[in-house]
Amino acid sequence: MSDLMKVSSNPHVRSKSTTASIMLTVVIALLPAAGFGIYNFGPKALLLILVTVASTVATEFAFEKICKKKITIGDYSAVVTGLLLALNLPVSAPWWIGVVGGVFAILVVKMLFGGIGQNFMNPALGARCFLLISFTSIMTNFDCDAYTGATPLAALKSGESVNILNMVIGRTAGTIGETSMIAIVIGACILILFGIIDLRIPGTYIVTLAVFVTLFGGRGFNWPYISAHLSGGGLMLGAFFMATDYVTRPITKKGQYVFGFLLGVLTGIFRIFGPSAEGVSYAIIIGNLLVPLIEKVTLPKAFGKGGEKA
Amino acid sequence: MSQIDEKGMKKENPVTERLVNGIVKENPTFVLMLGMCPTLAVTTSAINGLGMGLTTMVVLALSNVFISLLRGIIPDKVRIPAFIVIIASFVTMVELLLQGFIPFLYDALGIYIPLIVVNCIILGRAEAYAYKNPVIPSLFDGIGMGLGFSVALTCIGAVRELLGAGEIFGIHVMPESYVPVSIFIMAPGAFFVLATLTAIQNKVKIAGERKGKDMSKIQSGCNSDCMNCADTGCAKRLIDEKAGEEGKNNA
Repeated sequence: MSDLMKVSSNPHVRSKSTTASIMLTVVIALLPAAGFGIYNFGPKALLLILVTVASTVATEFAFEKICKKKITIGDYSAVVTGLLLALNLPVSAPWWIGVVGGVFAILVVKMLFGGIGQNFMNPALGARCFLLISFTSIMTNFDCDAYTGATPLAALKSGESVNILNMVIGRTAGTIGETSMIAIVIGACILILFGIIDLRIPGTYIVTLAVFVTLFGGRGFNWPYISAHLSGGGLMLGAFFMATDYVTRPITKKGQYVFGFLLGVLTGIFRIFGPSAEGVSYAIIIGNLLVPLIEKVTLPKAFGKGGEKA
Repeated sequence: MSQIDEKGMKKENPVTERLVNGIVKENPTFVLMLGMCPTLAVTTSAINGLGMGLTTMVVLALSNVFISLLRGIIPDKVRIPAFIVIIASFVTMVELLLQGFIPFLYDALGIYIPLIVVNCIILGRAEAYAYKNPVIPSLFDGIGMGLGFSVALTCIGAVRELLGAGEIFGIHVMPESYVPVSIFIMAPGAFFVLATLTAIQNKVKIAGERKGKDMSKIQSGCNSDCMNCADTGCAKRLIDEKAGEEGKNNA
């Protein structure tokens, strides 16, 4: 402390964290899931991850260079987008799927709306849904050397039994990063310990889905069925890493509970009543679109206001 | 319309002026943003876009002529219902003709043919131009606007067909290994392509402006009606130009 009194305008308390440090933490938190994906699906998964990350970073760089804007690839947000997108791709996807998805995520969803902090939906999920609609057969082909056949959720939907232990460890068919519940939860713990995310959205989301599945799943309180729903598909990855995206989640605390509840209900509806087995991506994207409305109705009252009705 | 055109240029022939105005300056799709419903819905292929554009053009030209002919007779208070009756009659005729002679287009366009009645472009031109102007310019205004609409829809349809199916006008042009991005022939693709093409044409026009051409009227879709124009910069330019001319005359 110096003896001089420092005079400055507020805020006086500043956090040391920057966009780059937060994004770097998210990247580190995603590494367990990515690592397990590579272990599970082989080197082709690594290649797909590298191609996708390279394409998101290169797209951001190229766009900002061409438009003569400040280069923001140093904040790692494009790396996070690329990594999340790659973890949402099936390992059988050809490399150009990663490139197309990466370009779409950064160029259309992020940059055209103003770059980091301005996108109205999660870029990685926007790109995933774009790919899912455009290349349905490629994006839902989960056959690979290690596994053939349906994902656990698809098997569950058609009434077959699933091995819960394998689903928790991650030894099942699925996209590169979504299969292992353990690896994702390790990453989520890192994020929570470093204070990057809190449990408001993921907690509400997961609990709501569990309740929804119990009520409408048609099997009552059947623990294996519920835990299969919770550990299967992209729920964990979506709940901890995508629904908590700073840009596309509500700012207000009450709004975050509403958001988590909404995601749980939407995912339940898509999974149980919809034609496909999985619905996390669409649920989060629809939730993202409703965020401005949620924030509007959950706006907290300013201190000292609203006590008496006029 | 073109009294206050660029100095030194000859006053344009109203026929070509109307055609250029419809296709470039006030292109109904890319500049006026009218008729978005058929634009987004039927442009799944180039041939559908072209068919829709030309069908609309026929209706537009005929309704403009008749509204212009009847502009002294139609009372001001009931002009909108009168326009709708005229437009609906032509749409019904065109629909029956399509059904009789071009059945494949009739099937492809479906409900969007009767919906031409409520296309903003047609009612808009009736209200904004044909009701106030003589027959010949109104006819060419309709043809120009219709051509502009056709060009725009064909472009959108061609891009969507190329990306979404690898074809243009049904002819396979992309290499065998190209995997069609089927989102482009679905609804979201229409928005992507429309937005991108609009951005490109704005970019081209702005580039033209920078080169020193007078594109101010293209930019604002100027109809010399400064009272109802949002482009304050344009109005100021006009005032400056006039002031400059007066200054010259005085000197």
